[in-house]
Amino acid sequence: MTLPAAAWGFVAPALLVIGLFFLLPVVAALGLSLTDFDIYALANLANLRFVGLANYVRMLQTPLFWQALGNTLYFVVAGVPLSIGVSLGSALLLHSRLACCRSFFRTALFAPVVTSLVAVAVVWRYLFHTRYGMVNFVLGHLGVSPVNWLGDPHWAMPTIILLAVWKNFGYNMVIFIASLQAIPQGLYEAARIDGASWSRQTRHITLPMLEPTLLLVSVLTTAGYFQLFAEPYVMTQGGPLHSTLSVLYFMYEEGFKWWNLGAASAVAFLLFGLIWVITWLLLRLAGDRS
Amino acid sequence: MLSRVAAAIVNGVLLGLTLVSLFPLVWMASVSFMPPGAASTLPPPLLPRTPTLVNYREIFLRAGMVRSFLNSLLLATGVTVCSLAFNTMAGYAFAKLRFAGRERLFKTLIGALVIPGQVVMMPLFLLLKQMGLVNTYGGVILPAMAGIFGIYLVRQYALTIPDEMLEAARMDGAGELRIFATVVAPLLRPVLASLAIFTFLGCWNDFMWPLIVLTDARLQTLPVALASLAREHVQDSEMMMAGSVVTVLPVLVLFLALQKQYIHCLLLGSVKE
Repeated sequence: MTLPAAAWGFVAPALLVIGLFFLLPVVAALGLSLTDFDIYALANLANLRFVGLANYVRMLQTPLFWQALGNTLYFVVAGVPLSIGVSLGSALLLHSRLACCRSFFRTALFAPVVTSLVAVAVVWRYLFHTRYGMVNFVLGHLGVSPVNWLGDPHWAMPTIILLAVWKNFGYNMVIFIASLQAIPQGLYEAARIDGASWSRQTRHITLPMLEPTLLLVSVLTTAGYFQLFAEPYVMTQGGPLHSTLSVLYFMYEEGFKWWNLGAASAVAFLLFGLIWVITWLLLRLAGDRS
Repeated sequence: MLSRVAAAIVNGVLLGLTLVSLFPLVWMASVSFMPPGAASTLPPPLLPRTPTLVNYREIFLRAGMVRSFLNSLLLATGVTVCSLAFNTMAGYAFAKLRFAGRERLFKTLIGALVIPGQVVMMPLFLLLKQMGLVNTYGGVILPAMAGIFGIYLVRQYALTIPDEMLEAARMDGAGELRIFATVVAPLLRPVLASLAIFTFLGCWNDFMWPLIVLTDARLQTLPVALASLAREHVQDSEMMMAGSVVTVLPVLVLFLALQKQYIHCLLLGSVKE
């Protein structure tokens, strides 16, 4: 028998930290989002007023918020499937018995995951430089005239999506490889005896067996991609013409540039609500299928 | 014959992907050794014609990146050590020690995992400001001293420790702290190594929170310093690449050395549902 006091001694430090610096602020954020906390309140709390849902209403009437939301959705809708597609493709290739030097390939493909986003965003800015970038140089040889990647509102977000896919696909790839390895070999042997081709094996064994992983990866990647921030912060500062302004960037500017902490909290909750709804939809969708 | 063609395709595509993955990193390193201005020429040079360390001297001596490097090192080490201690104790208690409300408390914590960290940033900033911790190392370390994911990870691993071992130690009259230090901690070593490298890398690469809470240039971490440098020096590609190398290289080396532990942690985290 152990004394409960001893057990509490073990959990208390961690609970104190999580309670004070995470759970309490979550509740406080909800409260904050119902106030007009701004730079005047920051100077003197007497200027703080309760405003109910006014922040939410105002945000939903702000065109720039909608633009940020649209940009973020663009990033998620294009980036997540592309990301997962590349992850799955490379996992299938690495898992193939035909692949040689697997551990080298796996390490190389995973390397971008551990790099610092800010650093690779800086590198990306140079790679996609209109005049001196390697991308335009290579495209020039293929007869494509120089693209102003980060200066053109149509191309800035695609460039950021490419960066995100390049940096992140290794993460899900490793997860896919692990679940590919967990598929019983007997299934493939039976299929081979029946004369099933590789593509049929993939369609009828591999992909169905991967479905739970696919769902999990989709949910986690979607939630992660909604939190787009550092890429536009470093590469475009939200421009050109706000074409890469994300919801989180909008929140950052609202909160820590203009010090409208009440409105920024409302933005944070709107984003959280959106992530929650989309996760729920994804789970529903998967539930209906099985 | 057919399978040899297939093998060539599989390996060819893998090689192509590897090239795409590594090229930006290799080019970053290469450009960092070029003299200022050399990278802004056509055709884009692949290798430095006259390798030089002038960019590194520039960022270390003039741009103050030595200090940022030390800040990053200090913060990532501090967070890793503290959170490892707190998470291990809590995770072990949730797995092996009995106390009222244990399961409910754990479920609450797991439920809170879905809340994105950005939600708390505004009140957390105000709280830390009240405590006088804005623009101090504490502003980064304190909120990160324990984490739900870490507790979960340690708990899952600690569940496999046989109760008999703990009971035997108790029979010998060992106190709970002593049991934790001499029996439990050594058994948890593999998961602790994984969690340590994962935490360190995550903290080193973290951007948004340090950007908010450390506005004083002398306290900035490498990613934050690099981002502000990148805004000032848009044209100095060579110098920016040197800054990127300094930011990326430590974590890349650490990852290559402890790859197995890192991926182990990643996989444990991805099967949490």
